[in-house]
Amino acid sequence: MSAARVGVVTFPGTLDDQDAARAVRLVGAEAVPLWHADHDLKGVDAVFLPGGFSYGDYLRCGAISRFAPLMEELVPAAKAGLPVIGTCNGFQILCEAHLLPGALTRNASLHYVCRDQRLKVEQTGTAWTNAFTPGQEIVLPIKHGEGRYVASDDTLAALESGGHVVFRYVGNPNGSLNDIAGIRNEAGNVVGLMPHPEHAVEELVGAPSTDGLGIFTSILKNLVNA
Amino acid sequence: MARVIVDVMLKPEILDPQGQAIARALPRLGFSGVSAVRQGKRFEVELDGPADEAALEEVRKMAETLLANTVIEDFSVRVEG
Repeated sequence: MSAARVGVVTFPGTLDDQDAARAVRLVGAEAVPLWHADHDLKGVDAVFLPGGFSYGDYLRCGAISRFAPLMEELVPAAKAGLPVIGTCNGFQILCEAHLLPGALTRNASLHYVCRDQRLKVEQTGTAWTNAFTPGQEIVLPIKHGEGRYVASDDTLAALESGGHVVFRYVGNPNGSLNDIAGIRNEAGNVVGLMPHPEHAVEELVGAPSTDGLGIFTSILKNLVNA
Repeated sequence: MARVIVDVMLKPEILDPQGQAIARALPRLGFSGVSAVRQGKRFEVELDGPADEAALEEVRKMAETLLANTVIEDFSVRVEG
């Protein structure tokens, strides 16, 4: 059987694509580079939207990336069920593209936050979190200036009642409403989170944990069983 | 040629920590009597032709699609003149 193929998208200004690709390879999947200017998803089985400052964060984080040629392919594919995860800037892009509800705004403190962050895994029924146990506490790095999750009261209520909050901060670093660190779409194939699982896959590099591996083993398990 | 102004503001219910920081700085600079500041964005859109209703409708579409994120922001469109 050929390895599961996970696409890793690079926009101008993306920073974490190499780490994401490395994490994908570490769990035994094939990392397929996807370029923002191509109309081509190269037949991948899942897509990872990494962090960074795509298009310099001009206008709003993720606002320009949303209209990249690749996104014109990705948005309908995600709506049709392709597993997609966005971390940090990738989460901002998923919100701007309306694949996930709400938006990420300036941290309440106005400070860029860079630290190891404790999180609680609330939902393990997604394509990207099935390797965790419900309520499991994990530690992942965060590094962002605009990670404060906001949404209307109605949207928040729907997220909570539908079980769409996937990760919650233990000790809120940015003022996110309801301590929300990550959410999923209705179908559970699209997940976005501010923390960086791709930076916490190997002890060698001084990561606070290898808890990020769970994201990558989840998608692999999901694809192999599909 | 006409110039159309698009103002984009965070919705009133969305926290604006930048505006708050500005409001807190004002008294330190000797400006008193300010109860709140909200920060927004102003776009100056230069049109090739006149700012007729059809052109304004295009600018509104532009604002809704790209200039503003209507999940968190409101916008207004007006002709400068």
